[in-house]
Amino acid sequence: MLQYLLSRLLRAAVSIVMVVTFVFVVLRMSGDPATVIMGADAPPEAIDAFRKAWGLDQPLWVQYFAFFEAVFSGELGRSMRDGRDVVAVVLERVPSTLALTIPAFFVNIAVGIPAGVYAALHRNSLIDRCVMVMAVTGFAVPSFILAMLLVLIFSVTLGWLPSAGQDSWRNAILPIATMGFGGAALLARFTRSAMLEVLGQSYIRTASAKGLPWSAVVWRHALQNAAIPTITIIGFMLGGLVAGAVVVESVFSWPGVGRLLVVSVANRDLAVVQAVVLMIAMTMVAANMVVDVLYGLVDPRMQGQARAARR
Amino acid sequence: MAFVEIENLSVAFGRSMALRGINLSVERGEAVGLVGESGCGKSVTWLAALGLLPASATVRGSVWLDGKDILGAPKARLEPVRGGRIAMIFQDPAASLNPVHRIGRQIGEALTLHRGMTGERAKAEVIRLMDQVGIPDARNRINAYPHELSGGQNQRVMIAMALAGEPELLVADEPTTALDVTIQAQILDLLTTLRRDTGMAMVLISHDLGVVSETCSRIAVMYAGRIVEEAPSGQIFSHPGHPYTRGLLGSLPPLTGPRRRLVAIPGSVPEAARMPSGCAFAPRCDLSTELCAQVDPAPLPLADDHSAACVFAKPYQRNVHPVAGEGAFARERVLQ
Amino acid sequence: MSGGTAELLEARDLARSYMMHRGFLGRTTQVRAVDGVSLSLSRGETLGLVGESGCGKSTTARLVLGIEPPDEGAVTFDGTAMPRSGTSNWAALRRRMQMVYQDPLQALDKRLTIGAQVAEPLDIHRIGTSAERRERVAAVMAEVGLQPHHAARHPQSLSGGQRQRAVIARALVTNPDLLVCDEPISALDVSIQALVLNLLMDLQERSGMGMLFVSHDLRAVRQISHRVAVMYLGRIVEEGEPDAVLQDPAHPYAQALVSAIPHPGKTAARVILQGDPPNPANRPSGCAFHPRCPVATATCRTEVPVLKPRRSDGRRVACHVAHGEAAPARAPTMLETC
Repeated sequence: MLQYLLSRLLRAAVSIVMVVTFVFVVLRMSGDPATVIMGADAPPEAIDAFRKAWGLDQPLWVQYFAFFEAVFSGELGRSMRDGRDVVAVVLERVPSTLALTIPAFFVNIAVGIPAGVYAALHRNSLIDRCVMVMAVTGFAVPSFILAMLLVLIFSVTLGWLPSAGQDSWRNAILPIATMGFGGAALLARFTRSAMLEVLGQSYIRTASAKGLPWSAVVWRHALQNAAIPTITIIGFMLGGLVAGAVVVESVFSWPGVGRLLVVSVANRDLAVVQAVVLMIAMTMVAANMVVDVLYGLVDPRMQGQARAARR
Repeated sequence: MAFVEIENLSVAFGRSMALRGINLSVERGEAVGLVGESGCGKSVTWLAALGLLPASATVRGSVWLDGKDILGAPKARLEPVRGGRIAMIFQDPAASLNPVHRIGRQIGEALTLHRGMTGERAKAEVIRLMDQVGIPDARNRINAYPHELSGGQNQRVMIAMALAGEPELLVADEPTTALDVTIQAQILDLLTTLRRDTGMAMVLISHDLGVVSETCSRIAVMYAGRIVEEAPSGQIFSHPGHPYTRGLLGSLPPLTGPRRRLVAIPGSVPEAARMPSGCAFAPRCDLSTELCAQVDPAPLPLADDHSAACVFAKPYQRNVHPVAGEGAFARERVLQ
Repeated sequence: MSGGTAELLEARDLARSYMMHRGFLGRTTQVRAVDGVSLSLSRGETLGLVGESGCGKSTTARLVLGIEPPDEGAVTFDGTAMPRSGTSNWAALRRRMQMVYQDPLQALDKRLTIGAQVAEPLDIHRIGTSAERRERVAAVMAEVGLQPHHAARHPQSLSGGQRQRAVIARALVTNPDLLVCDEPISALDVSIQALVLNLLMDLQERSGMGMLFVSHDLRAVRQISHRVAVMYLGRIVEEGEPDAVLQDPAHPYAQALVSAIPHPGKTAARVILQGDPPNPANRPSGCAFHPRCPVATATCRTEVPVLKPRRSDGRRVACHVAHGEAAPARAPTMLETC
């Protein structure tokens, strides 16, 4: 198991290096940062001074390693807007974003998985069809449209819930519902197909032929196996939640990391954008690692790989 | 009445008739072979009997177990039968075991269900069962996962799991088809030994006449959802009454004697949704006449315990002719 | 055509190893799938290659066709050395040596009609005009017993037997001198197996091609082969006439294999081998069969037996005990029989 963990950690480290490189390349490719930030009509002396101050006059590979050093020592520069350390600027927004994504994630799991399992167990029933219709809808409707729909119903028409701001917990309900529904729909779909696949396997027939009641067959034999592909989807979702927050936070004017990103892009606050992009990318890498570890716990064949490697 | 008596069992998936009226009985302690090619319904028969077919299947008929009809019985009555009185093992042992559970747990589950054993008592019994089916180092292997064992070992685990409920009948559905020849010999030998030791009855489902004839005393040959011939093992080979049985025997390359051209059966098995009228085998049969296209033949008794569903099958006197496989026995002696 | 007197196919000391990669950081292990196999085949002859899964028989088939290059050893086809795979010389040679696979549904492309697939080798090798190709396809399809209307069908709409006929037709359309069949009947029902065996024998009689018939089924091998070679863990352990090998196998493994054949009317007396076939990645020392062999001696544990003719009757066998070089651990009559 230790070997397995180590190998996954190594893989995550490689991913992070690649992400950092990617961010570096993309930011350098989107034009000369000095001109982008100072504006094309800034005086040449000012641009030169800016270049020197940010080390942009160094050769590219020196910049590359300097960038790495900066990333790993947590010094990503200062915000153009107020001159504060970007890490502090970003971190200050993280709790707000977590206040949306963590509940949304629980809604995903608590609604999506049971709905998918139920639909698979009652294939072609009325509830199965309803779940599938909801799943396709949740899958097909972009989150900003859903968000506006919810605002229209619950804020404008019914007046039950506020549509913007962060004044009380009631403000969080609509954004969480928006993110929760989309993820739950996706998860329900995948859980259903994973369950159907597992229920068709030979070992399910064996479990029934052994005399187990159907509920025990499902609980003891089907669910753990269906969890294996489902975990992959949960991993994607976990990584995608922060990215999804970008849209939802903007619609509901929720002061989280996502909104910060949108505002910073508009303000050409490159250092902040860079920090947020890195953070989102690292969440995805971390989510993938969690998935890999869960895999090892759920599927003994994965540990077998590590065991064989040890021999 | 026999221990298990299947009466006029039919199964349909939508419009496709998978079984078209099966009558088969299994006495206590008896070994019956069920032979036929893929799609003939030999596996479906027993899945249907135990209520293991998907809900989309329409099942009709009766399955008498000790005089009580279990077909369509409520779950509370069926579950103790499955694994408890009638156990089943399947073709692909690796796929038939749950990949995420240790094998000890999978065997133990059956012990808890049917014999109420838990904890250390169950563990001790699991080890005893694994010893009984010849899994070496059982004490440590109980913690293994199916993917860590070979196909042959996994089939032994399946057999141990089947034995856990001390069944009166073991239905073995193509238990050796996915295995190598020498491993097949091991498993067949194990099944024979276990039957001798426990006295349980067995139904061996196979496409291989050789496998079945060695292990079973009585053989039923199936074709297109029907039993077309049923006889004691020896007589199937000495007096095959149905042209399909003769075809199966003729298409088996001989092991001894001069090489003859194989007598293949022309054409292919009819699709379940497009069953020909009359005898289902008629389109492939070299004896078929107009009569065969009209009359769906009922089983005709040919001798004691021997019947064939063919209008041309002729009754005979038993033991007039020598037993089949005389040459084979001679070769066996040479081999020793 | 060169060298009419030379054997059609000659393989010398073929060896092929694979690197098995285990896990992400795992060490790689070398697996010797084929370990010094020599065989020869003349025109009109069928060599049956028998063994259980993992014995290297399918790898041997691919090596012989040059689909994979051997690590050691060489293959000579019709007197000339086998060109490297992928070269134009090799591609040109492929029309003279074709292969039939185990699972006809996998070997055929679901999207193409049977006719197009049978014609494919002709298209690849640019043989004949399109009219000639059509004629040849029709002829070869008739030869394998397919109806002309099958040409327009797709594989899924054919029965298992018809599909395998289509695979055989595709292999035969270029009139090959050598046909390699890798488990050609094991995915088929018994009655269909007989059809395919009959067909292969008829086709060989007509065309005089050489055939390498790889199978685990000794019955089928006896039916179709002129010579049979038994493989165990990458080596040929016994070779001879089918009837001789089946009636009086010399190698203990061949004895077990023969006695394991289920047989109508057979009721008792069988050699039951203990244990599973070993993993090629973990090959036992000396004779690879010794851990399962009922008559293994100390010599068998250390020394690799050589495949050579037995003094008494010239049967080629690789076993110290069979050659009388080592006294059996137990008298052979005491073989574990049940």
